[in-house]
Amino acid sequence: MDPKLDSKVPVGDMAEKWTHYKGSVPLVAPNNKRRIDVIIIGTGLAGASAAASLGELGYNVKCFTFHDSPRRAHSIAAQGGINAAKNYQNDGDSVYRLFYDTIKGGDYRAREGNVHRLAEVSGSIIDQCVAQGVPFARDYGGLLDNRSFGGTQVSRTFYARGQTGQQLLIGAYQSLSRQVAIGNVKLYNRHEMLDVVVVDGKCRGVIVRNLLTGELERHAGHAVVLATGGYGNVFYLSTNAMMCNTTATWRAHRRGAFFGNPCYTQIHPTCIPVSGDYQSKLTLMSESLRNDGRCWVPKDPADRLKHPTQIPEEARDYYLERRYPAFGNLVPRDIASRAAKIECDNGKGVGSTGLAVYLDFADSIKRLGKETVAARYGNLFEMYQKITGDNPYEVPMRIYPAVHYTMGGLWVDYNLMTTIPGLYACGEANFSDHGANRLGASALMQGLADGYFVLPYTIGSYLSGEIRTGKLSTDLPEFEAAENDVRSRIEKFKSLKGNQSVESFHRRLGKIIWDYCGMARNEAGLKKAIEMVRALREEFWKDAYVPGGSDEFNPELEKAWRVADFIELGELMCIDALNRNESCGGHFREEYQTEEGEALRDDQNYMYVAAWEFKGEGAEPELHKEALEYEVVKVTQRSYK
Amino acid sequence: MKLNLKIWRQGGRYKGEFVTYTLDNVNEHMSFLEMLDVLNESLIGKKEEPVAFEHDCREGICGTCSLVIDGRAHGPMQGTTTCQVHMRHYKDGETIVIEPFRAKAFPVIKDLVVDRSAFDRIIQSGGYVSVNTGQAQDANSIPIEKEQASHAFDAAACIGCGACVAACPNASAMLFTSAKISHLALLPQGQVERQRRVISMIARMDAEGFGQCSNVKACEAECPKEISVENIARMNREYLSAVLTSDIA
Repeated sequence: MDPKLDSKVPVGDMAEKWTHYKGSVPLVAPNNKRRIDVIIIGTGLAGASAAASLGELGYNVKCFTFHDSPRRAHSIAAQGGINAAKNYQNDGDSVYRLFYDTIKGGDYRAREGNVHRLAEVSGSIIDQCVAQGVPFARDYGGLLDNRSFGGTQVSRTFYARGQTGQQLLIGAYQSLSRQVAIGNVKLYNRHEMLDVVVVDGKCRGVIVRNLLTGELERHAGHAVVLATGGYGNVFYLSTNAMMCNTTATWRAHRRGAFFGNPCYTQIHPTCIPVSGDYQSKLTLMSESLRNDGRCWVPKDPADRLKHPTQIPEEARDYYLERRYPAFGNLVPRDIASRAAKIECDNGKGVGSTGLAVYLDFADSIKRLGKETVAARYGNLFEMYQKITGDNPYEVPMRIYPAVHYTMGGLWVDYNLMTTIPGLYACGEANFSDHGANRLGASALMQGLADGYFVLPYTIGSYLSGEIRTGKLSTDLPEFEAAENDVRSRIEKFKSLKGNQSVESFHRRLGKIIWDYCGMARNEAGLKKAIEMVRALREEFWKDAYVPGGSDEFNPELEKAWRVADFIELGELMCIDALNRNESCGGHFREEYQTEEGEALRDDQNYMYVAAWEFKGEGAEPELHKEALEYEVVKVTQRSYK
Repeated sequence: MKLNLKIWRQGGRYKGEFVTYTLDNVNEHMSFLEMLDVLNESLIGKKEEPVAFEHDCREGICGTCSLVIDGRAHGPMQGTTTCQVHMRHYKDGETIVIEPFRAKAFPVIKDLVVDRSAFDRIIQSGGYVSVNTGQAQDANSIPIEKEQASHAFDAAACIGCGACVAACPNASAMLFTSAKISHLALLPQGQVERQRRVISMIARMDAEGFGQCSNVKACEAECPKEISVENIARMNREYLSAVLTSDIA
């Protein structure tokens, strides 16, 4: 075992680990909680739920968001739903099944102990959200409704129309707001974290920039929690919101937090296709659509530009139903995405770009009636029509895969602590629960599990050792040094008076990563991409142009910092993808596939978490391996046939 | 197509004035904000200061984008945020006037960016159910009639963008505040704090400097989530009932 990567998963039966942990973890008494400061960065599902819960427990919480309000975090855009092993449908669901589906869905690259705990707390999340007033969908009897998502054969997904993320986030935001009103949480809107401060090997605070005034502030805490989301925007075009970025996690990485599995990125199969060069982002169409929509392409490439209603049934290839009869259109995301790519690569892609497949609701409308389909997906259909101008009730949607989520993130142990003691990572910002591929409706589950039901217990095990530390000072030389580092980097951006906009660099980075480290990767391409990203980085620091000053509201300066960090991360992603000589989940190396074109894992050599240590600017990062040991699940070739 | 953009600039070298820009290469499939991206790229190319505007998800749900476009909050389309407006709704040669959301309680930060944190303070004053993590009972132990849950959802769909305030001649935040009060008053979970909530949130709303409702209903017309003014009527009933029957000051 790598001495720096102790997963700290408790010993004992899988089903008892978390129970035993909770019964034996050291606690912090209420009178001591008042003397402990916790800093939380980010107010999405993970951050807001953690801030609210820790505030309720009596810790002094400071919570930071770069948005104008905590309610804007990108969790709000999640559409389809949240999984929980409630078995309200009596269809054979259980904690074990949710655990098993998640491990299998992640292509046997997630840590069993963490995933089992996630499945165990999933039911409590639904209870908590309902108690907050989250208006989940209900049946006529007034009880909660469920639907199915990819990679499962039960209906365990709770949903609130197509706005589940919004309703869950507002629930967490309201709980957070209550703690702000009580005074347990101090909220800092429009503040962006630009560095973590490490004192004597422990994380002791952060440097943040007030985005309105440009002022740099020092904040000390006995623990710091990063709940800052994923890094999908490294691809420039993704379904992430425009401001989603890696800066907090990347800065922590540079200060000593290992980055886990950066190459595991999720390409979501059902997004509105790219239409032009000016495009700034891609829009997701919820996976729930695959409950009632059928994916197809014309059998004959010559038909690809024909109007879809002119293509008769026998000339269509419902390729998912054909290749994966057991799961059909509800195969996991990585498999559905790759299948769409294969059809388009074979010249059967539809629309003017040839990079799209049909998602057709005609059969469902015939079977269920337009009204039922509208009740299930009305707002998604409207959104599609607003963006494309086409009416999906009459013509099939055109969809194509797009970057959506990042399974990789900061390496954390069972306590959600990074390799820097006192620094935690929650939600999409950590690497822990989804392995090489995340199942639909599991991101909301994990974000809220971490914030409501995991961190409030696990953080106590560390903070119980901090009750004698006392108030922390921000006058320490480490704070000064970190602030000076941030200031000099800002000066460097300000001095950039080249000829190219930051946006144009971001676009170019995204194209490199998409072309060589996207849905399919190979050795030669990745090597080339690493060179290209390095060259891009050099060019950025020579020829970028950043308008405006640093002591004012300056969104271009914010963007410059974020893009510079994305360029560094992009290189690490390619290095990680090159290292992993196998295919698993969202990481598909063309050299490693079965005869049928499925991902071919190499469990002998790669059943580990790749955790990368930063070794200095320009230096090769060092690889550490956390071996994955499966105590319960039998590791096999994943099959959805 | 070619467009003339008359944009409000404020802060830095601009005291607060309209500046006109001409944009030649607008594609009809662009979103409105992508059109502004193109403008900003061209300004940066000329080493001029880009126009500050707020945006994030660009799928109509985060509530970050704003803008009054040709006098209408979030532009010309019904039930649509600015980020979901596409340029296919404009004609070659048109002039588009772009302003920030204007209200005393939403001070301008820069150009088209305003401070909407008053909304957070209204929620902090009571827009929640007081339930600590871990206190909840089993989710199905609170059955809620389907239609009732659906009405609560309609109110809860508010994205907190502030268009209702920008559209209202009195800059009233009644639609925003009443949407939260309705969401929670319509659900069994919200009953315990029902009276305290409405009294406290209305007091906060008034203290923030928002105006009163005079039944113009522009808020409902411009709301990108089509939140109904019925919520305002409900809030008024809730308020009256609370002040008459409770002893909460």
